[in-house]
Amino acid sequence: MSRVDELLKQMIDVTENIGLVVSEKKRAGKKVVGVLPIYAPEELVHAAGMFPVGCWGGAADISMATKYLPPFACSIMQSVMEYAERGVYKDLDALLVSTPCDTLKAISQNLIYACPDQKIIILTYPQNNKMEAGVTFAKSEFAKVKAQLEAIAGTIISDQAINESIEIYNDHRRALMEFSEIIANNPGVISAVNRHYVIKSGFYMEKLEHTKLVRELSELLKEKTNNWTGKKIVFAGIMAEPNGLLEIFDEFQLAVVGDELAQESRQFRTLVPEGSDPLERLARQWQNREACSVILDSEKKRAKHIATLAKAKQADGVVFCQMKFCDPEEFDYPSIKKACEDAEIPLLHLEIDQLSDSAGQYRTRIQAFHELLGN
Amino acid sequence: MSERKISSKLLLQKQQLDYYLDLNKARYNGRKVAWASSIVPQEFMEVMNIAVAYPENHSAAIAARKGALPYIDQAEKMGYSSDICSYARINLAYAGMKTNEMPPLPKPDFVVCTNNICNVLIKWYESLAQHYKVPFFLIDVPFNHESCGINEETTTFNPVPQDRIDYVKAQFEEFIQFLEGICGKKFDYEKFNEVMAISNRTAKAWSKAMNYASMAPTPLDGFNMFNYMAMMVCLRGKKESAMLYELIAAEMEENIQEGKSQFPGEQKYRVMWDGIACWPYLKHNYTNMLKNGVVISGSTYPKAWEIVYEVGNMDELASIYAGIGNNRNLADQRDIRAAIQRSCQCDGVIYHMNRSCKVMDFMQPEMRRQISEITKTPFVSFDGDQSDPKNFSEAQFETRVDALVENMQGNKEGSV
Ligand code: SF4
Ligand code: SF4
Repeated sequence: MSRVDELLKQMIDVTENIGLVVSEKKRAGKKVVGVLPIYAPEELVHAAGMFPVGCWGGAADISMATKYLPPFACSIMQSVMEYAERGVYKDLDALLVSTPCDTLKAISQNLIYACPDQKIIILTYPQNNKMEAGVTFAKSEFAKVKAQLEAIAGTIISDQAINESIEIYNDHRRALMEFSEIIANNPGVISAVNRHYVIKSGFYMEKLEHTKLVRELSELLKEKTNNWTGKKIVFAGIMAEPNGLLEIFDEFQLAVVGDELAQESRQFRTLVPEGSDPLERLARQWQNREACSVILDSEKKRAKHIATLAKAKQADGVVFCQMKFCDPEEFDYPSIKKACEDAEIPLLHLEIDQLSDSAGQYRTRIQAFHELLGN
Repeated sequence: MSERKISSKLLLQKQQLDYYLDLNKARYNGRKVAWASSIVPQEFMEVMNIAVAYPENHSAAIAARKGALPYIDQAEKMGYSSDICSYARINLAYAGMKTNEMPPLPKPDFVVCTNNICNVLIKWYESLAQHYKVPFFLIDVPFNHESCGINEETTTFNPVPQDRIDYVKAQFEEFIQFLEGICGKKFDYEKFNEVMAISNRTAKAWSKAMNYASMAPTPLDGFNMFNYMAMMVCLRGKKESAMLYELIAAEMEENIQEGKSQFPGEQKYRVMWDGIACWPYLKHNYTNMLKNGVVISGSTYPKAWEIVYEVGNMDELASIYAGIGNNRNLADQRDIRAAIQRSCQCDGVIYHMNRSCKVMDFMQPEMRRQISEITKTPFVSFDGDQSDPKNFSEAQFETRVDALVENMQGNKEGSV
């Protein structure tokens, strides 16, 4: 097995065995906190000496989630509620949930009753994130989160500890930014499926460790020569899953050279700025975030951002992965379509249903898109 | 005494006409036009003499006239998924197409919303701002995930936490500056006090009038609340709307004295209606309930619009707008509903599982379970949509109402 394959294997293993990751942490005496999409001040969990684990849904047959949700809730939250009700989260000490969309407001509440043994920590980010009053408010919410985490961890979280965690997280973000840059410059050097594993595995590993693996992998990939003859695409949306979908892109030689997915780049593209007061730093990071479907975007910068990203990465097309029943994304679509048309970038709209494993429905559409991009 | 009097029904019609006339004349009178969400702090705009259009209200009116379909089709053509709230779809389509819809909404100089009912508004208003190329001001009221509790006696929510109040107050200040920039004149704080006083008078008159629905038997037909609400949305900063609700209250007093009710049938069962009306099927729903002797005695609306605060008290003003029911956590929303059901002596509850409204729907199943444990009141839910006629089945509604009636009947017989 090559070193690249070894590194990938480690990342795939954790991503495919989240339950195992959690139980090992618990056995080692660590407390574990589930972190729901899209944003959360995860640094605080880390600073409390606890292990944050991403809760991004997954494939599931929905039966028990119907206790809480009608069928028209986004598929990711359907599976979160299904898992919650089935006891998948039973080893977690707490769940950390922000409420940037209406669905998450409701999910934050339903989890209280579906997971009575877990502490549900909720925060609301200010939508007016550019205003100074928004920064003050974000700090106040973070302080409340911090107090609740302290109660669970049974320790006080010092400013120094948070500042140290911020450095670790920022470095992790940098490593992922470098990684995606290397892939963009060397398209096809890694499959779409593996690119996704590399990024996603960060939710299930200690950040220091993940940073190390990603950096090593990046170095190796940089060295690889690869004369790409296929086409290049960028992904937009909440997430590009399941694997079956990504495999079709690999099959048609469509290399992913960039993304603005909530699960990928939106997680790491904004660093926490310098400063001494750690909660203020986290609040300023929130202030700096933009071009996102769940943060006030009064000038619809996101649409332009996607077109610009595609141009900058010299992509041949944009694939908009519409999470089924996600209204913040549905609202953005017409403006994204227009921005891509204006920039003369072909756009493919795919509906993502995390619950269904069958990717067959996508093949014809992706094939047609591939043909549209020319050979 | 046979003095000539105008009925509240006529007055409401007249006020609606006057409102739209005034709105459409605004620009010619040198006034700025805003498009705003229903529970926006209109006080600030009233001070600046801005004419305010309310798209939710407009979409509801289109749907009630059974005119929604062309807009719904157009929205889809524009790329808006049919999953999106139908008020938004109708309005975005209306904005994007040529139409002779009456009454028209004049183009906005700016748009403003408060996300105290949902975050859909933020996305909707982003799109409007982009379409009209006008500024968008958001008054952001964070979801109140902490329990604040309710006042059982007054069936009102307690104030929201201070950090939220401070954040909202700071935005009020920015909003004032924003309006000064748009209008090119200073904000008149004296007038502000007057407007607040009038708005309070309207809110109290509304609440007094609507609370007649809680009497048993009720002199008020609860279904009328859906129509009465229009002027709470559009005109609550004006004296006229206070007069309307004072007139309704006077009519209710008369009804009580004469032993009459607006509800034309026998009041066999009193129910709480939870959710927005199904505008395209209002008549169907009403007829069906009337036939069964089911009268609406409770709803969240009377309290939702009881926007009462001490004049000049910015903390209270911020808290009341930030603390609207939809923006409360499940426990507080549950408790207020249980209190309403108690004070309105409801025999049952009809929940609208509204295809448009995720914020209300996704807490509903857990909430109705918990409420029924507290109140021991039977309930049904039906699938509908406030303005997309495609998402409703008459047969299902009828079956559900029948089932509820059967349950309520059983309870009544059991308790004799
Ligand atoms: S997928 Fe969309 S609707 Fe669902 S939780 Fe995420 S942002 Fe909200
Ligand atoms: S119906 Fe629901 S989603 Fe639509 S505007 Fe009203 S509160 Fe928001």
